[in-house]
Amino acid sequence: MASVTESLPPPRSTTGPIAWVRERLFSSPLNTVLTILAVWLILMTVPPFIEWALIGANFTAATSQECRAASGACWAFIAEKHRLMLFGLYPFNEQWRPALAAVILVALIVLTCMPRFWNKTLLPIWVVGIIAVGVLMWGGVLGLQYVENTNWGGLPLTLILATVGIAFAFPFGLLLALGRRSRMPAIKTLCIMYIELIRGVPLISMLFMASVMLPLFLPEGFTIDKLLRAQIAIIMFAAAYIAEVVRGGLQAIPKGQYEGADSLGLSYWQKMGFIILPQALKVVIPPMVSLFIAVFKDTSLVVIIGIYDLMQSTKVALTDPLWRGFSIEAYVFVSAIYFIFCYSMSKYSRALEDRLATGHKR
Amino acid sequence: MANNRAGRAPARRLNWNDPDVRSVVYQVVALALVGLIGWFLVSNTLHNLSVRNIASGFGFLERESGFAIGESPISFGPENTYGRAVLVGVLNTLRVAVVGIVLATIIGTIIGIARLSKNWLVNKLATVYVEVVRNVPLLLQLFFWYAIITETLPGPRQALNPIPGVFISNRGVKIPTPTDHFAFDLAGIGFLLGIVLAVLVSRWAKKRQDATGQSFPVYRAGIALILGLPILGWLIGGAPLELNVPKLQGFNHVGGATLTPEFAALLAGLVIYTAGFIAEVVRSGIQAVSHGQTEAAAALGLRRNQILRLVVLPQALRIIIPPMTSQYLNLTKNSSLAVAIGYPDIVSIANTTLNQTGQAIEGILIIMAVYLTISISISIFMNWYNKHIALVER
Repeated sequence: MASVTESLPPPRSTTGPIAWVRERLFSSPLNTVLTILAVWLILMTVPPFIEWALIGANFTAATSQECRAASGACWAFIAEKHRLMLFGLYPFNEQWRPALAAVILVALIVLTCMPRFWNKTLLPIWVVGIIAVGVLMWGGVLGLQYVENTNWGGLPLTLILATVGIAFAFPFGLLLALGRRSRMPAIKTLCIMYIELIRGVPLISMLFMASVMLPLFLPEGFTIDKLLRAQIAIIMFAAAYIAEVVRGGLQAIPKGQYEGADSLGLSYWQKMGFIILPQALKVVIPPMVSLFIAVFKDTSLVVIIGIYDLMQSTKVALTDPLWRGFSIEAYVFVSAIYFIFCYSMSKYSRALEDRLATGHKR
Repeated sequence: MANNRAGRAPARRLNWNDPDVRSVVYQVVALALVGLIGWFLVSNTLHNLSVRNIASGFGFLERESGFAIGESPISFGPENTYGRAVLVGVLNTLRVAVVGIVLATIIGTIIGIARLSKNWLVNKLATVYVEVVRNVPLLLQLFFWYAIITETLPGPRQALNPIPGVFISNRGVKIPTPTDHFAFDLAGIGFLLGIVLAVLVSRWAKKRQDATGQSFPVYRAGIALILGLPILGWLIGGAPLELNVPKLQGFNHVGGATLTPEFAALLAGLVIYTAGFIAEVVRSGIQAVSHGQTEAAAALGLRRNQILRLVVLPQALRIIIPPMTSQYLNLTKNSSLAVAIGYPDIVSIANTTLNQTGQAIEGILIIMAVYLTISISISIFMNWYNKHIALVER
């Protein structure tokens, strides 16, 4: 006689979209509250933004009056002013040159990011690239019209300040890091003083120093133009930070490596160049990329001493009396440019970290 | 070095192959070079100053400044000296830095924890926040907030009024302030007393727990003291209800306290930007605590909040403190961007001063000295705190 026991209900599914929603959004009362709050926040911000940026926006208006009538953003302002914002005061008909220079700089950065090029070919590539950028920007040779660097501006200038800044700061920072780890007390003290002094003050004060104090430091009649002064300030500033990043890498190398190199009878520079630095620099690539992002963002501070980088040429575009009051649109556009550059670099840095990580990960 | 120690010690000659000799030579050369460059710069500067007829020295600090400052915690007018103007600048910098550090820590911690949340939506929102905020230059964000405040907010007559008594317009944010009543003074004293008592109670509770193993609800008691004593003081003072509420008069609000558009934009920019970085510091700090710790704590039968409070956070805190310190330093240094939107911080005031007096070197020296002092103070404090919690742990 078979008594039929009531069968248990099937277990709750642990796969599929419903289980995912239950697990990731409503697993506990607190989680449910958080989900509702998050949905509320999204509903409060995203639809109005889309309404402003796309639906109510005007993309084609010919005049600012027409554009102001639109309920949303006035992207026609960007269409009207993008050349000024991207290239500053560079002669209008020659603007293909800074555009090409910007492409070369980006290509240099991308090449540097590829592990395949982490060898001796990188240096000649950089030298050629920087010379090409210089020729394109200044002109005066190969039938190109000469353009003074006071007329440079916009995105290419931002890229130049950042890449040239890092490229020159790197060897300087490397020497500072080695000096800070040196056993010679005088050299060590000098390096520590330099690094800590620079890291203790904001970049703005360095830029101010470059713009108002540097002319006083130099012999009478000898002047350096404003752009170069700002570039020097950025190099000096970045070098102190690079030194600290590299020092972190030097400290991470086991002592046995130093002793092994010594016991082989290598000189100091052989030891550093062949044994220590190749290992140390590999360790610090991810923080170096972060530092590059920081320097790239920080170049926007040259606005304060009146150099026409991307930020400043945007501000100039905003002062046109015919197109007043579209600063939100302009800032959103410029933010998007900075974001694309910085975000792709930080993605790269994270991918690299995973590649170089040898420890175990959760 | 090895040569000196050897017993026979032959008469030492100056030998280029001796590392000691080389090192002395290198150092002398380095010092001489630095000295030479220094002398070159100083002599050029002195020459240039005399040619351009620029005075030097800090005597100008005692002269009348002749300019007005938009906002100042202490009274300041054109008849006051440059020295006082510099003081105003330092106070303004400190004001925005201190408020900014407190707010950025709170918001950053919340977002950092949200980045680790199992809730998919919360997690993604926090990630989007962090990525956007960290990848756009702070200066651009400052301009953006300043444009939002001054261009898109309505004028004082149509001011937004989200909470009764608070008015948000393109002239800034107006908030009610307590009137000059005795009861509010008592409440303030009660608040300070509450903090002191809470610290004492937590020390006593720790001692008792070490001695007897009995625990004491420190957090609840602390919150009760810090909130309860001010309310008690207010009640003793007669529980006055009237506040100094801002009222529309003519073209602007009068009464209450004002957050100027410049201060509000700078604070918003600094807090939102730094919170993104602090969130990453907090997230990586918590993730750095080994998973085995959480599992072991769970195996001991601790509850979820106990695991977080007693096992994970104390260990995470030790990892978090050093990078957090550098974020605080960054926020303070970044407050110098105030000059771009016209908040009268030390950079902006020193800049005005050096433009008026022509004494560029002194102006820059003042800026650098102020920031170096603040940086060093913050690192000394955070190092002390770091040591303090490290001692408690081990």
